[in-house]
Amino acid sequence: MSASTDSQSRPELAISVRGVTKSYDGRVVVNGVDLDVAQGEIFALLGPNGAGKTTFVEILEGYRRRDSGEVKVLDTDPDTLTRTDHIWRTRIGIVLQSTEDGQDLTVKETVHHFAHYYPNAKNPDEVIELVGLTEQANNRARNLSGGQRRRLDVALGIIGNPEILFLDEPTTGFDPQARRSFWELIRNLRAAGTTILLTTHYLDEAEALADRVGVIVAGSIIEIATPATLGGRNTAQAVISWIWNGEVKELATDNPTSDVLKIAEQCGGEIPELRITRPSLEDIYLKMISQEETHA
Amino acid sequence: MHKVGVIRLGILRGGLEFKQFLRQKEVVFFSLLFPVMLLFIFGTIFSKNLAPGVSFAQYFIAGMIASGLVNTGFQNLAILIPMERDFGTLKRLRGTPLSPISYFIGKAIVVALSLVLQVILLVAIGWAFFHLHMPHSPALWLRFFAILVLGSICSTVLGIAISALPKSGRGASAVISPIVIILQFFSGVFFVFTQLPHWMQQVASLFPLRWLTEGMRSVFLPDSFKSQELTHSWEVGKMFAVLGAWAIAGTILAVRSFKWSEE
Repeated sequence: MSASTDSQSRPELAISVRGVTKSYDGRVVVNGVDLDVAQGEIFALLGPNGAGKTTFVEILEGYRRRDSGEVKVLDTDPDTLTRTDHIWRTRIGIVLQSTEDGQDLTVKETVHHFAHYYPNAKNPDEVIELVGLTEQANNRARNLSGGQRRRLDVALGIIGNPEILFLDEPTTGFDPQARRSFWELIRNLRAAGTTILLTTHYLDEAEALADRVGVIVAGSIIEIATPATLGGRNTAQAVISWIWNGEVKELATDNPTSDVLKIAEQCGGEIPELRITRPSLEDIYLKMISQEETHA
Repeated sequence: MHKVGVIRLGILRGGLEFKQFLRQKEVVFFSLLFPVMLLFIFGTIFSKNLAPGVSFAQYFIAGMIASGLVNTGFQNLAILIPMERDFGTLKRLRGTPLSPISYFIGKAIVVALSLVLQVILLVAIGWAFFHLHMPHSPALWLRFFAILVLGSICSTVLGIAISALPKSGRGASAVISPIVIILQFFSGVFFVFTQLPHWMQQVASLFPLRWLTEGMRSVFLPDSFKSQELTHSWEVGKMFAVLGAWAIAGTILAVRSFKWSEE
């Protein structure tokens, strides 16, 4: 899907970006990005390290100024904000990559303190519960595990009850169980109407959470699609594999159902070790990245 | 967010930061202990009297109280703020609605609270062990508190202003500590100011510390000692003028140069 639909004042758009560029010392880091994110959508930005993900997201968050292009986040251009302009900041939540902030404060003290910054803050104890840190509420940050520390970061990102939540690689260092409960938390936020822009290296995470994903390579978004259709995934050939005469057989096909029936006939019933696979999001993504890199 | 909110958040932030400071036990211990150690070392080595009833230890304590203003504000913030930039504290705060003014107020509160701790300790030890003269009139107490307040404002804003210079927290300590120590030598903390070379006195007179030390001597030494000073007076008016000028210049510099993060 291209992002070139009419943009300007569509109120249902949480984020609207046109032709954004950013260079450092003559090196182009973000190269003409267009993007629309609807309110209440979960959008995942994928891309290799150094592709410009963080720079792009930091332009949206008001941390960096773009060189050219247009940006509207909640109908506000982040570059027009002054240092003392707080209203817009009360409406967004940011979870940065890992920090070492406030190591000598407890989870409870930190979350309660940040709640003071926002006019419509959530209940701090409920937020601690929500991110699963109730048992660690009285632990100091320096004594938290990596995953717990990250959940504290998330708690501080959502304490202000934001309309848009920016998450930069939020589940790095989580164990599988913590990741699942984090996904649940994100889905609940979306159900409550929060728009979420997520960057991640975990393709399963993007697939589990995102309504749409965008792949950014060398500063440009090369495709935006749903996880199920990215890179023609939905129309890609299925691969049937089975064992016949002690040998692994593989067949790539557009018609897996009828082919499986034929194979079953040959085998006289059950097909030994039958598997039908379609390319995973990760397969598709890696293929896109490598194609893009050979072009470049 | 309205003005009241900005001040209230600044006070909350100051309380939180002071709590963090107190929990770093080794930092608290050594930042309080170091000046006390110096006091005993210098007080023991240089035991002769500078004038009838005035020992070098007393002269030195006045200088150390003045130095406390520089340490708790200027030196502390010039190192702490770049460290907070490294740790991501400033970046995180910038992503919230917190006003930089609240952040400044918080810092000023931390400076004030640690200053109070340090001053009480130094004055108490000076009184108990080195016969330090306590201010004997309400006017002197008033002058003492005025110097503390104006001096810590000066020190805080200059610390914030200079914190934009060091690239990292580690670099900050290497840059700032020598500046402060040299300033202490030039300003009559470790040596009697009038015995320093003329050019050193002139350089020192450009900066607040030299005036703070003389101001503290005017509070803690007998009034007769002023005949030993450079102009045979305490120069109290000039001191307040210099400190006031630095406070204003420092505030302007701090507001202009302060950055939440490196772009």
